[in-house]
Amino acid sequence: MTKHMTRKATRHISQNEGLIFEKSSPGKAAWKLPPLDVPEVDTAKLLGKQERKDLGDMPEVSEIEIIRHFTRLSTWNYAIDLGMYPLGSCTMKYNPRVNEFVARIEGLANGHPYQAEKISQGALRIIRTLSDCLLEITGMDAITLQPAAGAQGELTGLLMVRAYHQSKGNARKKILIPDSAHGTNPATAATVGYAVENLKSNERGMVDVAALAAQMNEDVAALMVTNPNTLGVFEQEIAKIAELMHAKGGLLYMDGANMNALVAKARPGDFGVDVMHLNLHKTFSTPHGGGGPGSGPVAVKKVLAPFLPTPVLITKPDGTLGFEYNCPQSVGRVRAFYGNFGMFIRALAYIFANGPDGLRQTTEDAVLNANYIRKGLEGVYDLPYSTPSMHEVVFSDRLQSKKGVKTMDLAKRLIDYGFHPYTTAFPLIVPGALMIEPTESEPKEELDLFIEAMKSIAEEVEEDPQYVLDAPHNTRISRLDETAAARKPVLRWKPEGKAV
Amino acid sequence: MSYPSDRKYTKEHEWITADGTIGITHHAQDSLGDIVFVELPKVGAEITAGKTFGTVESVKAVSDLYAPVSGTVTATNEALATAPEQVNKDAHGAWMVKINLKNPAELNALLSAADYEKFVSEEAGH
Repeated sequence: MTKHMTRKATRHISQNEGLIFEKSSPGKAAWKLPPLDVPEVDTAKLLGKQERKDLGDMPEVSEIEIIRHFTRLSTWNYAIDLGMYPLGSCTMKYNPRVNEFVARIEGLANGHPYQAEKISQGALRIIRTLSDCLLEITGMDAITLQPAAGAQGELTGLLMVRAYHQSKGNARKKILIPDSAHGTNPATAATVGYAVENLKSNERGMVDVAALAAQMNEDVAALMVTNPNTLGVFEQEIAKIAELMHAKGGLLYMDGANMNALVAKARPGDFGVDVMHLNLHKTFSTPHGGGGPGSGPVAVKKVLAPFLPTPVLITKPDGTLGFEYNCPQSVGRVRAFYGNFGMFIRALAYIFANGPDGLRQTTEDAVLNANYIRKGLEGVYDLPYSTPSMHEVVFSDRLQSKKGVKTMDLAKRLIDYGFHPYTTAFPLIVPGALMIEPTESEPKEELDLFIEAMKSIAEEVEEDPQYVLDAPHNTRISRLDETAAARKPVLRWKPEGKAV
Repeated sequence: MSYPSDRKYTKEHEWITADGTIGITHHAQDSLGDIVFVELPKVGAEITAGKTFGTVESVKAVSDLYAPVSGTVTATNEALATAPEQVNKDAHGAWMVKINLKNPAELNALLSAADYEKFVSEEAGH
């Protein structure tokens, strides 16, 4: 049946499973309460109109049905713990178990944000130590750990940019964004009330410095640049870019999504960046996907420090740590309490477990792995930009599309080979992009399996393109109709035979 | 693909007729993939040459619509709200907005069908 056999994946019984609502039968329960040993309360009297006896269609199931339901669903999943997750731009690296161990230490797991500061000194010290580590890694001056994800970090960063310009009497009008940028960048700029101006990349896939010089003027508040950019290419003229921005009073924002290529090697603060966000769930190995939650700290140069979100962590006169709420120029609070604290513990555990040399090795291995894949697949897939790759490599489907097979089809077939797909059709400046980021987590054996799979798929395209167009073949369900799902979405379950 | 010569084209892949009807090109719909949503300005809105006046969302990405010339919107193709797939089926028939041209001379700066076809083939060769 399969044209080419894969060494990685094999067939496995995968049980069917419906929705838990559909398993329900009246009266079943997975719990039993002990007899009431306190006076009964008249809930109707207590709650009045708010009292509700009918809970709607809640599933009524036994304990083993619940256990089997979720266990079966979990076997349908693909995760980094099962294999490589080469989703470019997402840095889907392994989440070390030591992170989880540390996050579950009793005093940390049971801490509460409403605990008084004087009995929260340990937690505050974790925030301070992580802040110091991230400042050393980025070469910046001040930081907030509040934002809950990268895009919120961008929003926080640009709000600070706006506040900075406003404090000088003119908020300015525009944000410049290269055409290779993440889609969140223009969305952030628009949300903050700036007009977005596109900056074309040059033939090497980098910011065109001459175009920037022509477009930069005193209406521009900032340039949002990702470095390395989404082609996995280091912006070699970044210092010149920073100079051009600063000469006209503009600021340089760096999207830190690709920091995995720089940690312990190069510091954005040293090459002219004024404000940037990090993704702890990418670069610093906290869980990514599955709800994370994410964490998107924002680091800034001194000039932007007065605008950091409130509260700011400070050392009090008595030497203890605490939060300062009186920050008159602050952009305000951006997140409840002080962000996703559980992620701070994991990121700090990762940084300490690696140490400076370990972090440097991590960066080198991430770049080495990406280049190993590049070398292995060069010639098999079209490489639109020959500029050296950092932590990820971008191919295009130009050769395969001659047979009518596009990047999405190749990605669907890759699932049959036991891999999560790479990122398809991004960055937009590469038509039919295949964006591959292995991260440092992958051993050579897994990279070889991946290269073998991609080569095998390229051969299948030549031999029988229709077979690839119809992929995936070995999954629970075949290709989904993504268009119908977007055009006519079904957003909720409705009980059969009931009008809701 | 041959592009109809009864209209002008932009490098941002829009077409416009002499009476101010605007849509996106066959090449644009092909590179976007299946279009799932089209967001258009209201009748009466002013649009400015080179600036965005709406968005097209496909299964792959959300893209801006750029005004080929300046003018005032006199009509929008409301059918696209429920049937955005018309743009994929017939990009040169499924118009998006009609405008009153502010300065018809602006049309002269746009690409002819032949120039646009050449531009697209060069871009694809990248």
